[in-house]
Amino acid sequence: MARLRNFLDKIKPNFEPGGKLHAFHSVYDGFETFLYTPRTTSAPAGAVHIHDSIDAKRTMIIVVMALMPCFFFGMYNTGYQHWLATGATEFPFWSLMLYGFLTILPRVLVAYVVGLGIEFAFAQWRKEEIQEGFLVTGILVPMICPAEVPLWMLAVAVAFAVVFAKEVFGGTGYNVMNVALVTRAFLFFAYPAQMSGDKVYVAGSTPFGFGTPVPDGFSGATPLGQIATQAGPDITLTGIDGSIIDTWQAFLGLIPGSFGETSTLCILIGAAILLTSGIASWRIILSVIAGGLFMGWIANTFASPLYPASYIPAYDQLLLGGFAFAAVFMATDPVTAARTTTGKYIYGFLIGAIAIVIRTYNNGYPEGAMLAVLLMNCFAPLIDYCVVQANIRRRMKRVTVKP
Amino acid sequence: MPIIGHYHIKDMKLKLKKGLKLNIAGGLMPGTQAIETGVGLCAVIPDDFPGFMPKVCVHDGDMVAAGTPLLFDKKNSQVKLVSPISGRIRSIVRGERRKIMRIEIETAETDMDSPVLPTPTDRTSANNLLAESGLLAFIRQRPYDIVPTPGDKVRDIFVTALDTAPLAASMSVFSSIFTKTDYTAGVALLRKITDGKVYICHGTDWQTGAIDGAEMVEVDGPHPAGNAGVQAANIAPVNKGETIWTLDLPTLGRIGRIAAGKAPEFRTIAAVVGPEVSKPALIETIIGAEIAPLIAGRLDSTTHRRRIISGNVLTGDAVGADGFIRYPYRQITVIAEGDDKDEFMGWASLSPSKMSESPSFPGHFLKRKFRPDARLNGGRRAMIMSGQYDKVMPMDILPEYLLKAIMSNNIEDMERLGIYEVAPEDFAAAEYVDTSKLPLQQIVRDGLDYIRKELE
Repeated sequence: MARLRNFLDKIKPNFEPGGKLHAFHSVYDGFETFLYTPRTTSAPAGAVHIHDSIDAKRTMIIVVMALMPCFFFGMYNTGYQHWLATGATEFPFWSLMLYGFLTILPRVLVAYVVGLGIEFAFAQWRKEEIQEGFLVTGILVPMICPAEVPLWMLAVAVAFAVVFAKEVFGGTGYNVMNVALVTRAFLFFAYPAQMSGDKVYVAGSTPFGFGTPVPDGFSGATPLGQIATQAGPDITLTGIDGSIIDTWQAFLGLIPGSFGETSTLCILIGAAILLTSGIASWRIILSVIAGGLFMGWIANTFASPLYPASYIPAYDQLLLGGFAFAAVFMATDPVTAARTTTGKYIYGFLIGAIAIVIRTYNNGYPEGAMLAVLLMNCFAPLIDYCVVQANIRRRMKRVTVKP
Repeated sequence: MPIIGHYHIKDMKLKLKKGLKLNIAGGLMPGTQAIETGVGLCAVIPDDFPGFMPKVCVHDGDMVAAGTPLLFDKKNSQVKLVSPISGRIRSIVRGERRKIMRIEIETAETDMDSPVLPTPTDRTSANNLLAESGLLAFIRQRPYDIVPTPGDKVRDIFVTALDTAPLAASMSVFSSIFTKTDYTAGVALLRKITDGKVYICHGTDWQTGAIDGAEMVEVDGPHPAGNAGVQAANIAPVNKGETIWTLDLPTLGRIGRIAAGKAPEFRTIAAVVGPEVSKPALIETIIGAEIAPLIAGRLDSTTHRRRIISGNVLTGDAVGADGFIRYPYRQITVIAEGDDKDEFMGWASLSPSKMSESPSFPGHFLKRKFRPDARLNGGRRAMIMSGQYDKVMPMDILPEYLLKAIMSNNIEDMERLGIYEVAPEDFAAAEYVDTSKLPLQQIVRDGLDYIRKELE
């Protein structure tokens, strides 16, 4: 350890003003503060002298850890769906995991390299410390996309989102919309062919020569994709091999879908990590679920053949598509969510309700969670504004001395 | 409701839930008795009195008595800062641009008597007494958290008789200096200042009983329940256009002494505490006394760098070993500085010795005493987490929005969001828990100064 510290101290002068690598001082700083807790101490007066041990790095890493169950499940499921599509009858665990790993690895790398590259550049330009926000975004992005999203598209989308959804507003902490979801939305609207249909959600290629080419003509539609094309009240959801997807299957998540969002079980494990560590707001998660159940119940009560998704029971709505993932990992992003306590309930409830409204009543979009979160991101400041006004009115009412 | 004299003594109870309970090592043992010490050197430090623009009225080498004015306020010349001891002015220390840093007084034999001030009969003479005796400077007014202007219309006066700050001693230790009679006389004088009420907010361990003329409020809850601003916000919040005064219990006792025509009292009792203190103690000393003799022999023998704080870890001033005990003269805390420590990937640590309000640290669940140092434990960031400040602010204030209004110099929003109700100390707990390590107290101080400058 001492050797590492000595090495950092030795190369430090190069990055200081006048040093030949000064242009990369943010990068050096980023690594140094990552490796060693900064020695900065509290101001001598007018400030607290002790600080809580929690910092932005820990906060972000806990979110990444909470995503890991979904991530590992995504690796397995990607392999599993691929094996199913090739018509296999045996599913060797490590082969499935390796296939999923090889598929997702380039996406994760591209997302991090492009996103962090831009963050480093902006930090250097602004002469700021590197912010940790992208640590979470970089892993979220591949998890909410189809496993085989083309790398160049991913790079373009990440670059767009980081620059136009985050850096132009001032960087981490100032963005209005969730950066990962802006990436997803960019892909969805810019390259619809690669982001929808009944093929893209099952990996068919052979990354690094691993896996078996998938025969033409298989159908790997996601449950929500199947629902959108069905008519009438009897909806039967099937997997690639024709097996029935029931509520339990949807909960476990061995179904086609975006890489990390299919397993509600793993999402619940992530939610448990986020809630016990106090990072995510239980108010938001709870109210998203309440909103989803409420709207799902309304839709189901007034089910109509015009809107096939209205035949799904409310609880199934929560298990399918990206709803649960959005509730736990997207809606709870503290920067883009409502920040007042009352506001969080309203914000969450509306996300849940609007996700189901889009899903059910807009046949063009089989899934509404992404759009619901993005929409409410835009309205969160308005919700907060109303809550703040209530506080102000309370204060005004007290005034006895007229100004 | 018992009626004593012609005042109603209500039995008010205030139970606060939000706040911060920090378990820091080096606290006082229950029942610790104060040790008396002799004092050779004291300092009066104008920076301790926000809003007071100092002008010196003594010279190097002058002989002064306890209570002799040393400085007066340029704006209100009757507001004085007085010498806490009898002796000789050792030096008037000036900083950049001849700013007065402190006046040092060393004890010496003197035949001077403390000034005798006339017994107050009405509001004007009561104000004058407070201003001339130097005790007005120990009072703070809301709005702005500054030394009050004598003669202002005061809605209510809040006396804080409990200290909830980390490692603070109970205010009941002052019963060895002040008696109930002093407090009663103090309240009687304060009642001349205000047409409103004089509230005494005390803890659950209050032994002195009801003080005639005051509204007694029992306050129970974690820090910052002991802050005057928090108490006022929950009892009778400050509105725009109103002024309240806040002071602590020993100041009330001091006021009582001079109101009764007795000699001014400048003794105080300071707790010497903190994780670096091997023998925590209560010490009877003089306000503004030099710190070195108070901590001598009480620190452990480690060699790492230390931070000596006059005050508590949340709102004190780092003064150094050659410093002086600063306003409000009740506590000295010694912690490790921590800037000589290399902690490998501290953000990932699972060590049970990390102190945190976050359940992501195992220490959060342990009933142990922590030894925090002065490091920020992270880098400064924009506000990321939401609702963190609210958890430790038992006031009807939206801290995040008030802070943002301050940072954007938006006076209208500051007013509407309650800047008149707060002091920097009310944000100390929030500053401690903040993931983004923002200097919240400094932001609030700057905001208060800014709005005062703009509106005056």
